[in-house]
Amino acid sequence: MKPAAGDSSSALVQVRGVEKYYQRGTERVHVLEELDLEVKRGEFLALMGPSGSGKSTLLNLIGGLDRPSRGSVTVAGERMERLDERGLAAWRARHIGFVFQFYNLLPALTAARNVELPLLLTLLGRADRRRRVELALSIVGLGHRLKHHPAQLSGGEQQRVGIARAIVTDPTLLLCDEPTGDLDRTSGEAVLDLLHTLCRQHGKTIIMVTHDPHASARADRTVFLYKGRIVDAIPA
Amino acid sequence: MKFASLIVANLLRRKLRTGLTLVSVTVAFILYAYLSAIRVGLSQGVDVAGADRMLVWHAVSLAQPLPLSYLDRIKRIPGVDLVVHQSWFGGIYQNPRNFFAQMPVDPEPFLRMYPEFLLPEAQKQAWLRTRTGAIAGRATAERFGWKVGDRIPLQTGIWTKQDGSMTWEFDLVGIFDGAKQGTDTTPFYFRYDYFDETRRIGKGLVGWYVVRVTDPDLAPQVARAINEEFANSSAEVKAESEKAFLQGWAKQVGDIGTILTAILTAVFFTILLVAGNTMAQSVRERTEELGVLKAVGFTHEQVLGLVLVESCLLSGLGAAVGLGIGRVLTAAGDPTGGALPVFFFPPRDMVLGAGLGVLLGLASGALPAWQAMRLRVADALRRG
Ligand SMILES: Nc1ncnc2c1ncn2[C@@H]1O[C@H](COP(=O)(O)OP(=O)(O)OP(=O)(O)O)[C@@H](O)[C@H]1O
Ligand SMILES: [Mg+2]
Repeated sequence: MKPAAGDSSSALVQVRGVEKYYQRGTERVHVLEELDLEVKRGEFLALMGPSGSGKSTLLNLIGGLDRPSRGSVTVAGERMERLDERGLAAWRARHIGFVFQFYNLLPALTAARNVELPLLLTLLGRADRRRRVELALSIVGLGHRLKHHPAQLSGGEQQRVGIARAIVTDPTLLLCDEPTGDLDRTSGEAVLDLLHTLCRQHGKTIIMVTHDPHASARADRTVFLYKGRIVDAIPA
Repeated sequence: MKFASLIVANLLRRKLRTGLTLVSVTVAFILYAYLSAIRVGLSQGVDVAGADRMLVWHAVSLAQPLPLSYLDRIKRIPGVDLVVHQSWFGGIYQNPRNFFAQMPVDPEPFLRMYPEFLLPEAQKQAWLRTRTGAIAGRATAERFGWKVGDRIPLQTGIWTKQDGSMTWEFDLVGIFDGAKQGTDTTPFYFRYDYFDETRRIGKGLVGWYVVRVTDPDLAPQVARAINEEFANSSAEVKAESEKAFLQGWAKQVGDIGTILTAILTAVFFTILLVAGNTMAQSVRERTEELGVLKAVGFTHEQVLGLVLVESCLLSGLGAAVGLGIGRVLTAAGDPTGGALPVFFFPPRDMVLGAGLGVLLGLASGALPAWQAMRLRVADALRRG
């Protein structure tokens, strides 16, 4: 059902036999079971499923925020179980951009400072960082909002700042956990347009968790997750 | 440095809380400066005592006089470089509350014995010329607004003059400064020859001797030799180093130093809780933000560092401001009007205070920083 294992050149993300469980007292809570998934370079993938089905957990594993209990996750040829905590952090900084449902901007910082955060970990000088920040904010259509604080921006604008922060390091992979979940239709549409553009024109690979069929319709492919397994369709 | 704006922004996000914490830390360090100065005042002179100077007094008590004739006998003891005598006058200037020490001395050797008293040469010559001449330390001269040329009357209940009068008048011929910050510049010295000639009783007696040895290492031997020289005489003596003497005095004042340390410990413990609570709250309400930092690639150690720098900045700033204000306030001098003639905030305690500020920052930030470091991104963001 999937391309052969040898054909990995086009697969940016390879999830193989991944299991994830949490120990709750004596009880073992299985969140993901025997999970296989491949995402091609430049693909826009939607991940759907009921609440608690493990979507965020899977996204965290792919983004290197968490480790699987069993199985392997390979992104851009890097097997993540081989990286230690510090290596994982550096790897995240270089390859992954996260977009969160609640934007998660730092309220104390201006839009520009928020977008600059991931660049603080690079060797770029102040002027280069500034240029990159301005470019990222202009890509999301907020070139005129550099000095605004999150509280002075609408939800849709905050999410676009969040996206600018995710793309400012020019990562290969964007992981978006319900990016439109907290937005009205119009703002949500604008964010989806933006993600679509980033995929098509800037060659970003995107994995987007969503509950919204409108949103998943914009993706190249939709994967359904149900009780920790990938299924063809969500049982009614 | 590029993280500076991040750290500063975090401190400024709750301005009131940060401000109140800062004020608490500042007040604690002002208190620290004051208590340090008080401690210096209580152990006055110990730090600046000459290592090569010894005091020789009557074996029975400091209040018992010694014959002036001992001077030459002490001089002859090997290892003795210089000997001077001093006596207690105990006069009252206008009002008993205006306390300061007054002592008759022999000017020339006295000034050689105490090089830390800086007296202009012309004033020294004037003192040698004027039998009724006296010199006062800068602190006392300023306290009473004395100028060279003033006549200083002192009342006494002990030293009746030949003419039956109890008021002694001295001509102020000089004002001396201290060579070091801890030098006591409150005493008042006048000439022994004038004193001894004019007083009705106690002629030929002095209060105690100050002996300078040629080599500080010889001090114990010289002390022993002096004690032996006057053994079995009518007035046996006890020799002790100046430092030991002053320390003994400081002990008598009571273990106030211990009490001061206890107070400071309590203050700093409280401040630790205040600053620690501020940092803990600040980290707790930023859980998601710290999670985001880690998500974008900050390592656990970097997040730990951010929180620690933040808490050190908070405590350090409070310490710096507090020590600065404390320095300015204590520079005004003795707040008790005479009880603490030496009163200043020593640089050594200032450095110690700065270290204490950093320590406070580390201690108050340690637990929150550790929690921030241990925070797992997935858990931190789950709460959103
Ligand atoms: N640290 C944890 N300890 C125990 N159980 C956990 C932990 N993290 C997640 N889970 C459980 O794993 C399951 C999947 O969680 P996950 O957040 O991946 O779901 P989701 O599909 O993203 O749901 P939603 O649509 O509500 O965001 C849930 O049942 C959750 O309770
Ligand atoms: Mg989720």
